[in-house]
Amino acid sequence: MTDKTASGDVRLAGISKHYGSFTAVHPLDLTIPQGSFFALLGASGCGKTTTLRMIAGLEEPSTGTVSLGDREVTHLPPYKRPVNTVFQSYALFPHLSIYENIAFGLRRRGIKSVKKQVDDMLELVQLGQFAQRKPHQLSGGQQQRVAVARALINHPQVLLLDEPLGALDLKLRRQMQLELKRIQTEVGITFVHVTHDQEEAMTMADTVAVMNGGRVEQLGAPAELYENPRTTFVANFLGTSNLIEASVESAGTDVVVSASGTTLRLPGQRCSTTPRAGGKLLVGVRPEKISLVHADEEHTVAAGRNKIAGRIADSSFIGVSTQYVIDSRVCPELEVYAQNIERDARLVPGAEVVLHWNPEHTFGLDAAMDIDAGVETVEESA
Amino acid sequence: MNKPLGWLRRNFVVIAGLGTLAYLILPNVVVTVFSFNNPAGRFNYAWQEFSLDAWKDPCGVADLCGSLSLSLQIAFWATIGATVLGTAIAFALVRYRFRARGAVNSLIFLPMAMPEIVMAASLLALFLNMGIQLGFWTILIAHVMFCLSFVVAAVKARVLSMDPRLEEAARDLYAGPVQTFLRVTLPIAAPGIAAGALLSFALSFDDFIITNFNSGNTVTFPMFVWGSAQRGTPVQINVIGTAMFVIAVLVVLAGQWVGNRRKKAQPK
Amino acid sequence: MTAVSAPPREAAPAEPPVHKASLRKRLIPYWLLLPGILWLLVFFVLPMIYQASTSVQTGSLEEGFKVTWHFQTYWEAFGDYYPQFLRSLLYAGTATALCLLLGYPLAYLIAFKAGRWRNLLLVLVIAPFFTSFLIRTLAWKTILADGGPVVGALNAVGFLDVTSWLGMTEGDRVLATPLAVVCGLTYNFLPFMILPLYTSLERIDTRLHEAAGDLYARPATVFRKVTFPLSMPGVVSGTLLTFIPASGDYVNAELLGSTDTRMIGSVIQSQYLRILDYPTAAALSFILMAIVLIMVSIYIRRAGTEDLV
Repeated sequence: MTDKTASGDVRLAGISKHYGSFTAVHPLDLTIPQGSFFALLGASGCGKTTTLRMIAGLEEPSTGTVSLGDREVTHLPPYKRPVNTVFQSYALFPHLSIYENIAFGLRRRGIKSVKKQVDDMLELVQLGQFAQRKPHQLSGGQQQRVAVARALINHPQVLLLDEPLGALDLKLRRQMQLELKRIQTEVGITFVHVTHDQEEAMTMADTVAVMNGGRVEQLGAPAELYENPRTTFVANFLGTSNLIEASVESAGTDVVVSASGTTLRLPGQRCSTTPRAGGKLLVGVRPEKISLVHADEEHTVAAGRNKIAGRIADSSFIGVSTQYVIDSRVCPELEVYAQNIERDARLVPGAEVVLHWNPEHTFGLDAAMDIDAGVETVEESA
Repeated sequence: MNKPLGWLRRNFVVIAGLGTLAYLILPNVVVTVFSFNNPAGRFNYAWQEFSLDAWKDPCGVADLCGSLSLSLQIAFWATIGATVLGTAIAFALVRYRFRARGAVNSLIFLPMAMPEIVMAASLLALFLNMGIQLGFWTILIAHVMFCLSFVVAAVKARVLSMDPRLEEAARDLYAGPVQTFLRVTLPIAAPGIAAGALLSFALSFDDFIITNFNSGNTVTFPMFVWGSAQRGTPVQINVIGTAMFVIAVLVVLAGQWVGNRRKKAQPK
Repeated sequence: MTAVSAPPREAAPAEPPVHKASLRKRLIPYWLLLPGILWLLVFFVLPMIYQASTSVQTGSLEEGFKVTWHFQTYWEAFGDYYPQFLRSLLYAGTATALCLLLGYPLAYLIAFKAGRWRNLLLVLVIAPFFTSFLIRTLAWKTILADGGPVVGALNAVGFLDVTSWLGMTEGDRVLATPLAVVCGLTYNFLPFMILPLYTSLERIDTRLHEAAGDLYARPATVFRKVTFPLSMPGVVSGTLLTFIPASGDYVNAELLGSTDTRMIGSVIQSQYLRILDYPTAAALSFILMAIVLIMVSIYIRRAGTEDLV
């Protein structure tokens, strides 16, 4: 049904949503290219679901327009838009069988012979034998697949997914992530996926938009966002970052900073702000980029690497890696993830250690930003 | 000595509960037994001898079956009226924000918090003042009025527990407002609406006080029973009462049986 | 990734057009409310106003009634009939207390102990509704008949001595005494007590009982500290659904009682339908309404619950 050659991009131009004096979404421009898997990521209340509902037509924007391809649909009611939604907690019709749930959209559009299509769709989501059951007789994962089938059978231009995996347990969620990705590649429809789970967003989407407080903080490919966060919120919300407050000694292609007497270096192009000598900068490094050696072995660390001395405050073994919390003069709680390849038996809480990493892996952020932005929300949703 | 006492204490709730149930059921047993009586005088209060006469000729008393059919008609129309009006109000209250919500809520609650006789008397005051002829229509108006609140309460409870996302899902799947209402909202709210309708029917069919005030010369079944309590109670009253009881229990049990079978038919 | 762009935050259109929900959409709730509310306004509120005006009229049936703001009627009506008012409240209050006492064990039994009999028991509680309540009330005439087995048994165990000491019976009769009327009221409104009680009991998570037991509460304490407080909404709506209709009832008093047990409902009924003294009747029913509403609102405030139905 979708014409692949025509431009089917979703374009949001200046859309915003107010409820009384509360602004759920600040004026927002966004283009989602046809056929992409796009994720809106953020903590609850960040405006991601409202944005999705404005694309679906379930919420009318206070300002701005929504276009699908060349067609403006801002004021079209949901039942006239070529867009379908997989709802949070699925919203399957409890009084209809699985078969009728899936056939619902086709029947409403006056299509008489639905059997072939419904059977094919049941096949796609591997639920053929459950056609005559009622939704409450299915498990969470099965209900989730029905919800996807019920939307996909209409060949929408865009499929919207509102926290579709939120109600599933961890293992099933992993499985469904892969399945959704498979279905998306198979049908080639644009997926817009709303989630608060950063891992989910990164595994599934080609492009992730991180939202916070009704605004898009940063947008890009998952690896790009992870490696080059441009705000403290993104740095903390997507994975974990060690952020160190430092003052700039010299700026240029190589930036030299000092934090509590320790000198660190980072590439100038990896700073989201232009550092000035004498100014402040937040220096960030991901925990898995850092290596850890016992203080006695400091001489083995190659020259030119960033080094910080400290003491192990805590360590937890989690199978593939060991996570250390390091106390140092530079920063009270530095996190280090070390792969469990060759474990040094001396690395126990209380041991004096030296952390070191390649300066290339360091990024710089504007020191005016809140250093803890996005931290708590991660703990809550994890 | 201690044993039976301990047993009594452990099963106190069961014994007391069954005692209450007996108290509730006893009059129905008496009504049924006395439907086979052949009373000596005009009143059917003392057992005389077994007879099937009344069962053979349930309409054998003047006006009895006429009043019964009138009561059924009024209950039928009052149920329809109250259910339609009450369902609309319930939907408005649950699904929309508007001014005067509080006032509407109190207006719905008041008829339920008012002794029936107060409403009965005030309605009569209205009809007398406006010179409206008392009869079928005034009874119907009154019944719709007092059943309305109960329908609102029943439907509201059901709609409140319904996920609004279901309606959004329907709209998202190409159902317009009318289709959404008919295909999704109505079927899901149906148990609440049915409960409200059933309650209306029972309340209307059995109403005496309000009807007595506003019926003029029209005689409904409860009024017929009331009148016969003064003039003489025909056995046929017991026959009708017993038959209604049995029919109601059978309908409920049949409904349960069908429900159970359907549950079993579906493989887990 | 080039097609995707997040512009700087300031890039919103300078004067964004603001979309407003259409008038038609905003009127929907009012259209839904209109017929039902109109019905209640015309046939519930307006009659109250008529009744209010009737209560301050004077005149006679032959010459017609006129509004003369004759508030005296209220004092006279209350002065003449305060025994019936007191009796109504007393009987209705006693019946409500008895309903709670009798209804609670049955509701508890159905909610927690009935197992697969639960539905059958519920049907048995509701089914009597389908036999006209007047017929069932008349059946009490047979059950409580003078010299019958029930009265004989009550006499034998000394129950009637207690009730006649309380002034509720006289000699070895039950019919035509206050006891008969209270018994009829209790019987008639018992299901209105049991059903809300059952609904609120059934919602209680039985694990709470286990938790309380685990925390050293004896069964009686579990009931007093956990079950009963949690069933309060049912107790409140059950007592209201019993007390309000019982206070205005006259059927039980007329069928099972005597002239000494007349309740205020009987008086209003005969003033309206037989004596045709409309102002007095209107004043009486307003006094009844006021008493009930005041008692109910104090009670609701005390019980601290708002959801009644």
